[in-house]
Amino acid sequence: MSAAFPQPGTFEELAMPLFGQIYNFAHWLAQDRDEAEDLVQETYLKAFKAFGSFQPGTNFRAWIYRILRNTFLNTRSGKKLAKTISLDDEESGAVAAATTDAQTPESILIDRNHQDLVTSALEELPLHFREVLLLCEVEEMSYQEIADTIAVPVGTVMSRLSRARAALRANLQQKLPRT
Amino acid sequence: MDCEQCRSQLDAYLDGELPAEQMSALHAHLRTCSACAADALSRVQLKRTIKTAGSRFAPSPEFREKIEKKIGARRPRKWGFGWAVAGALAVVLLVGALVSYLETRNLRQQHAYSELADLHVGTLASANPVDVVSSDRHTVKPWFQGKIPFTFNLPELQNTDFTLLGGRVTYLGQTPGAHLIYQIRKHQISVFLFPEDLVSWRAGSGSAKERAFNLETWSQAGMRYVVFGDASPEDLRNLSSLLKAAAQS
Repeated sequence: MSAAFPQPGTFEELAMPLFGQIYNFAHWLAQDRDEAEDLVQETYLKAFKAFGSFQPGTNFRAWIYRILRNTFLNTRSGKKLAKTISLDDEESGAVAAATTDAQTPESILIDRNHQDLVTSALEELPLHFREVLLLCEVEEMSYQEIADTIAVPVGTVMSRLSRARAALRANLQQKLPRT
Repeated sequence: MDCEQCRSQLDAYLDGELPAEQMSALHAHLRTCSACAADALSRVQLKRTIKTAGSRFAPSPEFREKIEKKIGARRPRKWGFGWAVAGALAVVLLVGALVSYLETRNLRQQHAYSELADLHVGTLASANPVDVVSSDRHTVKPWFQGKIPFTFNLPELQNTDFTLLGGRVTYLGQTPGAHLIYQIRKHQISVFLFPEDLVSWRAGSGSAKERAFNLETWSQAGMRYVVFGDASPEDLRNLSSLLKAAAQS
């Protein structure tokens, strides 16, 4: 692991380059600017205090995103959202395959003109789908990093991603003007 | 590879997570299957659009600055630096205080030495160097009684080269003390005795050279002894030994 994440020393050096991304992710979680700022501030102060327990050479990004996520899940809106998460049968690979098959991906061609649609579709996604999709597409994290961040096995990341994409596509299909 | 297999692997492929050994089969299928190629294209476009749409929120410069200040002001390294500075300052102050204390003490001591040198020289230059003229310690010692606030023992000088010339009452910093004058060969040596609590004499024991004179000083039985003169350091030490031995008896 240490070779994979060669990192310079100080908290500021590690944390500040991620500031924009972390704020963006926080805003997607909280869906409100003030709440996002509170969340980021709390995350940075918590991470700063806990920096002594961070093991150099391990993945700092996954570490601080995990703090952000846990902080959010402990807020009022986070708790409310977490309650609505139903993990049911998502670990089953069959579900992922079925949902993929159920869609007709070639029928939706999304381009930049559809950004607003995609934005609202993302907003409407359940939290556990939204976060994996954002970590994968926006943060460009590997499956392993996502697994480290949200503290689930890699297999769960894969099936959740698959379901999230299917749900997004289904949502977009409803939003797209019928041709 | 069929279309179903291809589609189950497409996301992992586009996410850069497909193992290398499975990639060539996927590439081969995509080259021959236009439906799967179109699917792959739509997924790539969706990925791109999600990335753009998903990156829409940016922190304000003020907020960034605020957080930078918060963690900057409390950066461990800065704390460390602050403590180091505080520590260094404390050391500097301490050293300064010590140096100034030592300097003051040295100055006082220098001052006392100078005064004793003056007393020594002044006394020897005077027409009546001593108030009690005697080579007999049994005469000199009682003479001081009532004149100074302490008593002392003087050494027996038989079998030595030293002669007691006499004594007088003297003052150092308004404290009365005994000033004894000894002689060895052509040299005269002053022996000063003062109560130990005289501030100027907080030094321990030692030898020193004051101008052209040599000096031995020590503390014994609540008294400060200063042996002073132009005799050799060895002579002073010998006289000091005699005085020390006498004080113990």
